[in-house]
Amino acid sequence: MGEADDRRRLKKTVFVTVGTTCFDALVKVVDTQQVKEELARKGYTHLLIQMGRGSYIPSTSSGEDGSLAVEYFTFSPSIADYMRSASLIISHAGSGSIFESLRLSKPLIVVVNEDLMDNHQIELAEELAERKHLLFTRPQTLYETVRTMDLESLIPYPPADAIPVAKLMDKFLGFDD
Amino acid sequence: MENANHLCCPTNIILFVISIFIARVAYVLYWSGKPLRTLISQPMCALIILGSGGHTAEMLNLVAVLQKDKYTPRFYIAALTDNMSLQKAQVLEESLAHQMHESAGERTEVAQFMKIYRSREVGQSYLTSVGTTLVAIVHALWLVFKIKPQVVICNGPGTCIPLCAAAFLQKVVGIKWSYIFYVESIARVKKLSLSGLLLELLLCCHRCVFHFHCIFDMIL
Repeated sequence: MGEADDRRRLKKTVFVTVGTTCFDALVKVVDTQQVKEELARKGYTHLLIQMGRGSYIPSTSSGEDGSLAVEYFTFSPSIADYMRSASLIISHAGSGSIFESLRLSKPLIVVVNEDLMDNHQIELAEELAERKHLLFTRPQTLYETVRTMDLESLIPYPPADAIPVAKLMDKFLGFDD
Repeated sequence: MENANHLCCPTNIILFVISIFIARVAYVLYWSGKPLRTLISQPMCALIILGSGGHTAEMLNLVAVLQKDKYTPRFYIAALTDNMSLQKAQVLEESLAHQMHESAGERTEVAQFMKIYRSREVGQSYLTSVGTTLVAIVHALWLVFKIKPQVVICNGPGTCIPLCAAAFLQKVVGIKWSYIFYVESIARVKKLSLSGLLLELLLCCHRCVFHFHCIFDMIL
């Protein structure tokens, strides 16, 4: 029992999610030796990749030789469960994944897909990165981000910031501050 | 004589009444979308509609940051079968009163708590829900006409539809003008929830989205 607890406590999973999109550039970069070694150095033990509609298949590993254990799948109805049990989430810039990770107060690296011209989502990720709720990067710079990341510096995401709503209501109703 | 008879025939009267009603609805819809231009110092009576779990938490988050002296008195409404929401609102109001050093007597004047019949319970059949919906609508009208709110704040539970409709009717018949705010839950970043869509389309309420989506989608 105690031993099993120890093992569970030691298990630190990095969960990579691309949502329903095709984002091979991200899957490829997390599959590189460089990134995997850096993650292992940071104390992570497992790498779980949700690869969506992408065609690049990452190489799996059982992790018995002390390296990162790597698994992948395409889609799952229980993404939330994977997120909940992850110690670090690396996600595409979809607002659903972003808010879900933040609500679970998980450290989050958002990787923008430069092939998609969805600026609205990039804006969202940039705005949240400026507020230090997450780290924001590109596939080419993911290794650098992982190497230099300081997860302690991330600020927990407040449940819902109601002040802007209250201000808008006040303005609408003509209440001065 | 013949002409006068013609004018008084029932169809014409009905048509006349309907067109006046439509004109009034159009007028109310037009002015509902316009913010108040003048600065006001009078407090406004607020009706705060609570839902279950997450909805209530978000709503109370918002109430906590409102200027309490402006949104006063405050009426909280939750579904009859919802035991938790009003309790949570009471806890919030008590902590507010504590901050303001108000006595218990003053507190009952600024905040009141009410329950409303639900139009449909989870798992109830659609056939019986017709009847319960009617009861819920009548109850909503009774509550709203009694409270005469000037501001209605809701964020998505089914309970808010009959209440917002009643608040809209209150404007149409000229009892009291009110502003209906629908605060979209953060869980619905992309799509409008069904309640939100209905309210926005039918009642021209002012929708705003929680958190900084306000910056991107200023809908007010």
